[in-house]
Amino acid sequence: MAIKDLPNDECVLPGSAACPGCPATLGLRMVFKALGKNTVMVVPACCTAVIESLYPNTSFDIPVMNIAFEAAAAGASGVEAALRKQGKTDTTVLAWAGDGGTYDIGIQALSGALERQTNFIYICYNNQIYSNTGIQRSGATPYAAWTTTTVDGKTEFRKEMGEIIMAHHIPYSAQACVSYPEDLYNKVKKAKSIKGPKYIEILAPCPPGWRFSMDKTVELGTLAVDTGAWALYECENDVVTFNGKSKLLLEKKIEPKPIEEWIKQQGRFRHLFKPERDEKRLKEIQEHTNQVWERYRKCYLQK
Amino acid sequence: MNVMIDTGNYIAAKAAVMAKPDVVAAYPITPQTTLVEGIAKYVATGEYKGEYICVESEHSAMSACIGASAAGSRTFTATSSHGLLLMHEMLHWAALARLPVIMCNINRVIGPGWNIWADQNDSISQRDTGWIQFYCSSNQEIFDTVIQSFKLGEHKKVGLPVMINYDAFILSHTSMPAYIPEQKEIDDFIPTFKPLWKLDVDNPITFGNIIGPAHYEKVRKAMQDAQENAKTLIPEIAKEWKNKFGRYHGDFVERYKCEGAEYILMAMGALGAESKAAIDNLRAEGLKIGLARVRTFRPFPKEEMIKLGKQADLIVIDRNISIGSEGALFNETKAALYNKSDAKINGFIAGLGGKDVTYQDIEKICKKVINGKAKDFEWYGFEGD
Repeated sequence: MAIKDLPNDECVLPGSAACPGCPATLGLRMVFKALGKNTVMVVPACCTAVIESLYPNTSFDIPVMNIAFEAAAAGASGVEAALRKQGKTDTTVLAWAGDGGTYDIGIQALSGALERQTNFIYICYNNQIYSNTGIQRSGATPYAAWTTTTVDGKTEFRKEMGEIIMAHHIPYSAQACVSYPEDLYNKVKKAKSIKGPKYIEILAPCPPGWRFSMDKTVELGTLAVDTGAWALYECENDVVTFNGKSKLLLEKKIEPKPIEEWIKQQGRFRHLFKPERDEKRLKEIQEHTNQVWERYRKCYLQK
Repeated sequence: MNVMIDTGNYIAAKAAVMAKPDVVAAYPITPQTTLVEGIAKYVATGEYKGEYICVESEHSAMSACIGASAAGSRTFTATSSHGLLLMHEMLHWAALARLPVIMCNINRVIGPGWNIWADQNDSISQRDTGWIQFYCSSNQEIFDTVIQSFKLGEHKKVGLPVMINYDAFILSHTSMPAYIPEQKEIDDFIPTFKPLWKLDVDNPITFGNIIGPAHYEKVRKAMQDAQENAKTLIPEIAKEWKNKFGRYHGDFVERYKCEGAEYILMAMGALGAESKAAIDNLRAEGLKIGLARVRTFRPFPKEEMIKLGKQADLIVIDRNISIGSEGALFNETKAALYNKSDAKINGFIAGLGGKDVTYQDIEKICKKVINGKAKDFEWYGFEGD
């Protein structure tokens, strides 16, 4: 599917309250194009709750229910059960949550919904911070990144939510990035065609949160993939397939760009370069990235 | 009509299933467990045909009920004590979203330390969530109130969730007979659920987005109006039930031997049932005392309280305490009567932690007041110091 072949339908209406350069609206546009209007969306506390706009207006042309921070997957479970009882099994139930609502406060409800084989799609748009509350650390924040609660840089590496999801052995899960709209579209489309729980995570570079210029959202996502800071893959019935450049990286057909090329574009890592280069932490980040990919190869490289 | 001899929980499960909720989402907690087990049994026998979601927490139980109710379906759940407390955030959510989730709460002590006996502090601490609250005193009343609650909560003038409370073990695990109407009669009694709003792909709305102060204030006012509307409907529904099935437990309060009473005893839950035996004995001794067992704590029946206060002095027993203040029923009754009556009101805390309160205890409380020996507010039978 080429971009020119994507459906013309738009469920993100003009005039949202998103920041300029917002990756969430980019992602939502693609997701809605893939799912169509026969979709109900459940949104916990996250930037999208603001992007929706102020009552009585809305930015979305599908039914949306806001729910408490930790409750997206549980709320969606209820919507799904009700629609099934009403015989509306053709309606897609979508939970759309940020990384805080997924990695941290919402992980229990998410894990429960996956274990119960709930027939829904859970999408985490991951901007690696609590952005709606003003840039605090989450379980998805990378090592050494500045946030308002990690003033000298985060001292821990992020967790691998994708692999936590895989441990649930659901029919379909995937990692995508807003910089690759066709890949995202195809993954959501595939998820829609599969019964049972589906999980997709979208890397969402956030201009104010990561401290980069609002015209560079797509570029920062591409760099994340090129450097191996983020991987594009999908997991169907326990078979993991890396996609696009991530596949080439996994198979060592191309060399990753140095992680520094991604980091140095972001003000949240500025303290690693100014007033002087923090060689120790820069080395740690590169080594950690290398280790992650070595583990990926060990676990997922198909022989 | 059949007679079912069973525990409060199994009778509540029977009532819930006969109300035909589309979705039940629940999580086990002592002493509520046999209720959700009862529903699971009806799933296995095919008597319950709705969806049954065995969630991973009470927070998710209420969240799933909220999702299902928002999708336009009838919902039911049950919990107790810490489970209710874990739901707290979502109790507010359900009420503010005007979703008539129906829930049984088995009143149980809050830890630490762990204690599974009867105490009303779990539900009393949810009184500001916007939920309608009933307190039952027999298994028959549990059955009847669960059915009536679906009709009340789902009524277009109410549209609020309803909590049916009853005492841990004293009712939840004690077998008593209850008359069970035919399924057809229940079907006729509860109209089809017509939600105030719903998630509908043919009419897409965004529910619960950011709201400014003026609109938000309207939401709160509408909830308050809905509780006031419930004040009209609770007696109507209770009367309709009485006419159809011959059973009546009172509306806001159940009055017992209040004619000519100079003192009226007030209590909620099973304590209210125990009080009837005490009243019988005190009346036999020639004391002019009656009982007003309070069934609805929300909406708080202010007008009923004023009527009682105009007739007699009041003795209030609370199996709960708002620490730093007083028992909740005592406190709110006094507030209702302020500037409306010159009744003397005495308050007692009794039965916390599941401590047994017998009819003899209740007689002692009443006599202490009648003999002018009681303080305004005191702990009955406290084994301290």
